[in-house]
Amino acid sequence: MFSPARAWREFPRRYRLEASRCEGCSKILYPARLVCPSCGGREFTDETLPRDGKILTFTVVRVPPAGFTEQTPLPIALVELDNGARVMVQVGDVEDPDTLEIGTPIRLEFRRVSWDGEAGVIFYGHKAVPA
Amino acid sequence: MREVAIIGTGLVTFGEMWSKSLRQLWTEAALNALEDAGVDAVDFITVGCMSSGLFTGQEHLVSLLADELGVAGVPAMRVESACASGGLSLRAAFAEVASGLADVALVTGVEKMTDVDGSDATYALGTAADQEWEGFHGITFPGLYAMLARIHMAEYGTTSKQMAQVAVKNHANGLLNPHAQYHLKVGVDDVLGSTLVADPLHLLDCSPITDGAAALVIASVERAKEIAGDRPMIKITGSGMATDTISLANRADLSELAAVRLAGERAYAMAGREPADIHVAEVHDCFTIAEIMATEALGFFERGEGGPAVKRGLTALDGKIPVNTSGGLKAKGHPVGATGVAQVAEIVTQLRGEAGQRQVQGARIGLAQNMGGSGGSSVVHILEVE
Repeated sequence: MFSPARAWREFPRRYRLEASRCEGCSKILYPARLVCPSCGGREFTDETLPRDGKILTFTVVRVPPAGFTEQTPLPIALVELDNGARVMVQVGDVEDPDTLEIGTPIRLEFRRVSWDGEAGVIFYGHKAVPA
Repeated sequence: MREVAIIGTGLVTFGEMWSKSLRQLWTEAALNALEDAGVDAVDFITVGCMSSGLFTGQEHLVSLLADELGVAGVPAMRVESACASGGLSLRAAFAEVASGLADVALVTGVEKMTDVDGSDATYALGTAADQEWEGFHGITFPGLYAMLARIHMAEYGTTSKQMAQVAVKNHANGLLNPHAQYHLKVGVDDVLGSTLVADPLHLLDCSPITDGAAALVIASVERAKEIAGDRPMIKITGSGMATDTISLANRADLSELAAVRLAGERAYAMAGREPADIHVAEVHDCFTIAEIMATEALGFFERGEGGPAVKRGLTALDGKIPVNTSGGLKAKGHPVGATGVAQVAEIVTQLRGEAGQRQVQGARIGLAQNMGGSGGSSVVHILEVE
């Protein structure tokens, strides 16, 4: 689950937002896959996700799962980036979550996402902050 | 394929059953179903269970439970499709009997959820979401449905009050179900005034954490006629299952539950029925918004009309299409792996005319819809009384 190997394996995607674009239908896959879910294509080119986008939908998690109990209330959003890719991310730098709306412009920033006491791993990745 | 009938149902009272283990809950339900069916031997067992490993530290349930029932040796299969494990348990056994591999099968579902604390239970349930790309960020199941609710509200004007009315209706039905976890009258203001779990969903928009088990006995129609005597014959006329993307980020349309629509279409096609033919339905109301979206996906109402339909009483006990007469997951409780089996048990009870105060008069065709995760999988069965 939250192992050092997993954290390491996911660095390119989580730290550098590495994704891929299907050569058949141009769909952005994040994370990359072996088969395009839209057209079945298997040829891809590397692409880095843009950092700007907008909120498609969001919530504020007030009853957290294990591992996030120190971070509540925790705003989380599904955001659509400028190239059409969608990612689920925490929303940072928001004092009042009630100010968030569908369509709020955001920018992805590199942040600490969670930390695991047992494995001793600190997970970094991207959070959305209001642009 | 051979025709298949349900000849027995077995429930246990759902709730926080601290004095009972997974194996006790399961065995009680199994014995109740065998007694109801009037059989003492089965030649196949299915077990629907989402996560006995995370909730209790126990896997390998098929052997554990067959042995517990005193029938070690009988072939058994565990199926998992998150919260749709119970519905899939019936579908797997249905295929076994319809194909002729088995004549009489015991269909079960079980979940023992209260041996872990709230945050560990929330984590265990969260494993039904995409762990690498959703769970990583701390999202929970109420959170995922909250996201769907917010889109439904923006797109169709669905309101928190309409969602609250789902809870009010289902708790009213639960008052009439002796097996329900909660016997609690709930008003709209109670729901809207309850604490927020994941905005805009309140505590009373959510189904609870529950220990429970449920069981059915199914048989080929030839065998069912020998066993059941004069009892009403309840046939499984339609069975549909579908998958969808597990993560919301990859889902093309966030304002419908496509897996529910597809599973429903497949079940209707097999049964030769359409939504208007259904007299009573149990749908997967893990959250109030889920019932609204499921009734739309099943074709009971147009998209966007699920919320207004609840407000107009169309899904109430005396409505056009009574939904969740058992109290639903909301009031009856939601022991994840057991839920899909318990839903079907309620439909059987309705079609037999044995539902007492919550009986839907003249119910002859019923539907049960079970759902995994945030709509990543769904199973629909249509039952008809002969």
